[in-house]
Amino acid sequence: MSQHYTRTAKALHWLMAVLILGMLPLGFYMSGLKLSPQKLQLYSWHKWAGVTIFLLALVRLAWRATHRPPPLPASLPRSQQIAAAAGHWLLYILIIAIPLSGWLMSSAKGFQTVWFGVLPIPDLVGKNKELGSLLTDVHVALNFLLIAVLLGHVGAALKHHFYDRDDILLRMLPRKTREN
Amino acid sequence: MESTQQPVRVQQLRQLRQGAVGLLLFVALGLAQAVEYRNVQPEKSAINFTYKQMGVAIDGRFRKFAAQLNFDPAKPTAAKVSFDVDLASVDAGSPDADQEVVGREWLNTKSFPSARFVATSVKPTSGNKYEVNGKLTIKGQSRDVVIPATFTPAGNNGLFEGGFTIRRGDFAIGEGAWSKFDIVANDVQIKFRITAAQ
Repeated sequence: MSQHYTRTAKALHWLMAVLILGMLPLGFYMSGLKLSPQKLQLYSWHKWAGVTIFLLALVRLAWRATHRPPPLPASLPRSQQIAAAAGHWLLYILIIAIPLSGWLMSSAKGFQTVWFGVLPIPDLVGKNKELGSLLTDVHVALNFLLIAVLLGHVGAALKHHFYDRDDILLRMLPRKTREN
Repeated sequence: MESTQQPVRVQQLRQLRQGAVGLLLFVALGLAQAVEYRNVQPEKSAINFTYKQMGVAIDGRFRKFAAQLNFDPAKPTAAKVSFDVDLASVDAGSPDADQEVVGREWLNTKSFPSARFVATSVKPTSGNKYEVNGKLTIKGQSRDVVIPATFTPAGNNGLFEGGFTIRRGDFAIGEGAWSKFDIVANDVQIKFRITAAQ
């Protein structure tokens, strides 16, 4: 039986989970720092990780489009099925939109993003102070939305596991026995 | 009679014309020699710089500077060039950087308000290219620099363009936590475009 996600889907999910859970506190921490070499370093790392998340998100969407995820249990009420679908699509949108807003914001502030200090990513917008602060607001707002959706996502997974005692969480976890 | 007088008049006319042309040439040459570009047009001039921060190139500029220039293309070696750059007028690429870079660890503009360049020699190299040697003083430190520059006449104006690279470490620009070059690179490219009228 194939009630589990594919290994690739699991790997992408958990890799991004780790990156995003690191990026959120990093983003809030670094933006409050006084200018220092450390601040510049953290900003660069944040941007490199952001580009990485963006690319992983694209891979993930491509994988999702070509591999059907295991269906939700038929016993799940329709309202919860809709909520699950909406939540997941909102997460997909955010993992694309948040790096995009960060990249554009960086360009508008006059800092090109150079992935790992080696690969320059083109500036889609020119230096523009107003646009820079607008995109900063957008980036921050999208991240607050992400935090809210993530709380729902994690809360729902835990509720399924500990309250409903179904396999919703388990099917995203590594299998105990190697059978696939 | 006519046949004997005409050659004389023609000759006189020719001499007169030659004289006039000679005079014009003389005046023109005299003017050409006196062509000296010296009135710097601040609104048509710029001093920009580029530095790298973790591999990312960032552009900056100085909004205020004064340049003294006497350049005669016919006598380039007699040229006189000096610059005074108001360091507090810096645009370092972002408001954060602007605030930081005037501070004690960077340019320390309170103690060293301006950077100064004085040319010691100007040598033509090829075509419209010149090599300007001189002394650059920033933050109390002086270094000899060689600046390749070009000169392009444009109507009554002359356009001087060039660029060179300094190492910020040579001038103690970025001390303390900033003295390592892993985050903010040592090399700073400086580019200028100076327009001067005759």
